[in-house]
Amino acid sequence: MTIPTHLRYTAEHEWLDVTDDGLARVGITAFAQDQLGDVVYVDVPAAGATVRAGKPFGVVESVKAASDLYSPLTGTVVEVNGQLVDHPELVNADPYGEGWMVVVRPADAAELDGLLDAAAYAALTAEG
Amino acid sequence: MNRTPLFDRHQQLGARMVAFAGWEMPVWYAGIQAEHAAVREAVGLFDVSHMGEFIVHGRDGQAVLRRALTNDVAALEIGEAQYTLLPNAHGGTVDDLLAYRLPDNPRGHPVYLLVVNASNIDKDRDWLRAQVRPGEDAVLDDRSGDMALVALQGPRAPAVLAAATRLDVWRMGYYRFDRGDVAGVPALVSRTGYTGEDGFEIMADNADIGAVWDALVAAGAAHGLQPAGLGARDSLRIEAAMPLYGHELDDDTSAIEAGLGRFVKLDKPEMVGRERLAREKAEGPARKMVCFEMTGRGIPRQGYAIHAGGAAAGSVTSGLQSPTLGRAIGMGYVPADRAGIGGELAVDIRGTLVPATIVRRPFYRRPDAG
Repeated sequence: MTIPTHLRYTAEHEWLDVTDDGLARVGITAFAQDQLGDVVYVDVPAAGATVRAGKPFGVVESVKAASDLYSPLTGTVVEVNGQLVDHPELVNADPYGEGWMVVVRPADAAELDGLLDAAAYAALTAEG
Repeated sequence: MNRTPLFDRHQQLGARMVAFAGWEMPVWYAGIQAEHAAVREAVGLFDVSHMGEFIVHGRDGQAVLRRALTNDVAALEIGEAQYTLLPNAHGGTVDDLLAYRLPDNPRGHPVYLLVVNASNIDKDRDWLRAQVRPGEDAVLDDRSGDMALVALQGPRAPAVLAAATRLDVWRMGYYRFDRGDVAGVPALVSRTGYTGEDGFEIMADNADIGAVWDALVAAGAAHGLQPAGLGARDSLRIEAAMPLYGHELDDDTSAIEAGLGRFVKLDKPEMVGRERLAREKAEGPARKMVCFEMTGRGIPRQGYAIHAGGAAAGSVTSGLQSPTLGRAIGMGYVPADRAGIGGELAVDIRGTLVPATIVRRPFYRRPDAG
């Protein structure tokens, strides 16, 4: 499984893409969706909600089970991927693209420095 | 961790393995939804060798089982099977299982095969042996360690199995079984299953089950056969509203509460747990299992609170996003006066009360089932 090198990662298998305007797009990794199996439901907070680094901010559900989504950063949700309401399977099909979940405005850009780079995340998932 | 005789085949098929009841079992191969659909539309093949098998025999074996099980094994002819439950002294449930009547032993005494849940093998064996009274001649042989079981389920199951055996599987009745060669090895074939579809379960010795699996996979290639794991087994049985021990059934829950009263036969000399089972059958239980569909957004999961009439009323025992229906469905227990079809419930999903409606059981019934 290739791990995009331009993204940042958490040990809880979220990815984060910091765009030029300082916003952070968040989703779950290919590894995470593969572990979950068929994703049938994604629940994330609406725009305007506050998320806190390391705290659950939403849920992704497979046929079998519900799993918490952990926020990689503290900030305010500015956009959610409305496509996932009717097409949660996009998380499986395109986890780094169409399967993105929320866009967050970071409260503290310095927080991003604590995230994993692709090499560190690759090492983490290789351990198993 | 135990492994079934088919473990290497699961690995070769790229199965995702999970720990279940002390066994390393395939949870899925291609994906739960694909496997679920294959069983509903074509045919799926499951390894369920983790299940337990007991042989009960002896002069008083039938009398002990009539007393120890809720259904009545005396109603079984040779070649017939029945669903039944194992009650405890309080009328709660030790396990649920299938009882098969095998050919009589040479002394003319009935012999039964019991197929029990993997998670309960030790508990069931000890409990059943404890039901034999001094002076009674009844023996329980635990054959779980040397018998293997596969389930072939779906509308194409008869065609696939017929290609691997000379047994007349097309004419085998529901809950009937026969013994003979499958793939050239001795097997017991029953028209039973846990998916809500037509299908068979095929039992053979550990050393022989690989030949059965391989023959069914080969014969199934022309029929869209898909190996299927425990994930699809669970999603299929929930749609069929079949109980799973540890979810809908446990030591405190009676067969009557679970809506399984037709498998409780009171017309027997005596029965373990009879007082409660008879009372609940006559008067109705205080709480009942219901099937419900979510009308708001969210998926019910085991342990979530169910509210009715503005108050906490019970909890969810199983739930999922139904692959066949495309809706979130669940089962759970509520007070009997809240259990009517069409009744409005709410499920506490992570702090939000999401509305649900009680529906008829089961959620899914196969088109040709009448």
